[in-house]
Amino acid sequence: MCDTCGCNITDGNKDMLEPGGKLEKTESGHESIEVLQNLLHENNHQATHNREHFDKNQVLAINLMSSPGSGKTSLLEATIDALKGELSVAVIEGDLETENDAQRIRDKKVPAIQIQTGSACHLDAHMAHHAVHELNLENLDIVFIENVGNLVCPASFDLGHHLNVTLLSVTEGDDKPAKYPVMFRGSNLHVMTKVDLLPYLDDFKIENAEQNIRNLANPSLILKVSAKNQQGISEWIDWLKQQINLHRQLLAQGQTLLPKMQSDGTKLHAHEHNH
Amino acid sequence: MHELSVCQSIISQVLEVAKQNKAKSVFKISLQIGPLSGVEASLLEAAFPIACAGTIAENAKLETELLPIKVRCQICGNENEAKINHLLCSACNSWQTELISGDEMLLRSIELDK
Repeated sequence: MCDTCGCNITDGNKDMLEPGGKLEKTESGHESIEVLQNLLHENNHQATHNREHFDKNQVLAINLMSSPGSGKTSLLEATIDALKGELSVAVIEGDLETENDAQRIRDKKVPAIQIQTGSACHLDAHMAHHAVHELNLENLDIVFIENVGNLVCPASFDLGHHLNVTLLSVTEGDDKPAKYPVMFRGSNLHVMTKVDLLPYLDDFKIENAEQNIRNLANPSLILKVSAKNQQGISEWIDWLKQQINLHRQLLAQGQTLLPKMQSDGTKLHAHEHNH
Repeated sequence: MHELSVCQSIISQVLEVAKQNKAKSVFKISLQIGPLSGVEASLLEAAFPIACAGTIAENAKLETELLPIKVRCQICGNENEAKINHLLCSACNSWQTELISGDEMLLRSIELDK
């Protein structure tokens, strides 16, 4: 996100740049300064720097988001087991009240950095930055950032990661994407979790959840996974490996992957930041 | 309630611009918010007095312009307004659309007293 190249110009505000459209002196005699800067400018600036740390070390960073109890930590445990000996993983944990989730990850002999923020409803790029500096990035392939269980606030904050993955457990409603469109619209991959429970549930239809995601104009892949019986874990691992390859190809061309955080209307693009 | 974090970020940007322009106080802050930004204008307005207390923006008016959600169809090229959880093309009903407005969260302009 930058404030000098015009990437904040949208259909909604382009009139300001046309002749006669720009405000300078108001009727009441106040001096008006045109800013056109993202409201989360400082966060996004920090996020860009976090992403540079990841990119310099060829590390793919994934922001895992969902409601509480949808199985983020269980998916991570299954992922760590499946990747053992192949790829090095670390986890940044946004479980704000306890160390329970971080301890579950450490029990798998994988580094887990706990972010302690009291009762905050989301992680931001500054919190993520402290955690990034506690990791030996040069030895890692993937960093998972397990965000606070919340389908609202985390959707607006770029942490410096590359991809958004949103989990939806089948014990929740299949209309969750329609209820939380900001989160589900911005996801690069959707993982339906606890699918081993589907035979016992008559009110969750995967195809309804999929339709609600398509209604948000999101073409993402939708995986059906059970961390308990391993269903879908190999497809999830294949997707992760594809993304690692894609990220490395982009890095080789001097580019990177950017997450979809308020990035369509505002014409975002990757470019050199000199500030 | 991440709107308080957003407000704190706004105030810090506003104070920076005010300082650069050697302003004595901030008269008005104008924002542009799209429904798909994830920020609720009414919650921002509620959090604003807390975030600006004790600063030269303490008495500033906060003005929020809500922008419409608009999509462009990648299949037929039609442009239409859309609902927050129904971003489909109104002409051919396909979901392969691109959002062209509606996810903005911008600090548009600031009015200052010097």
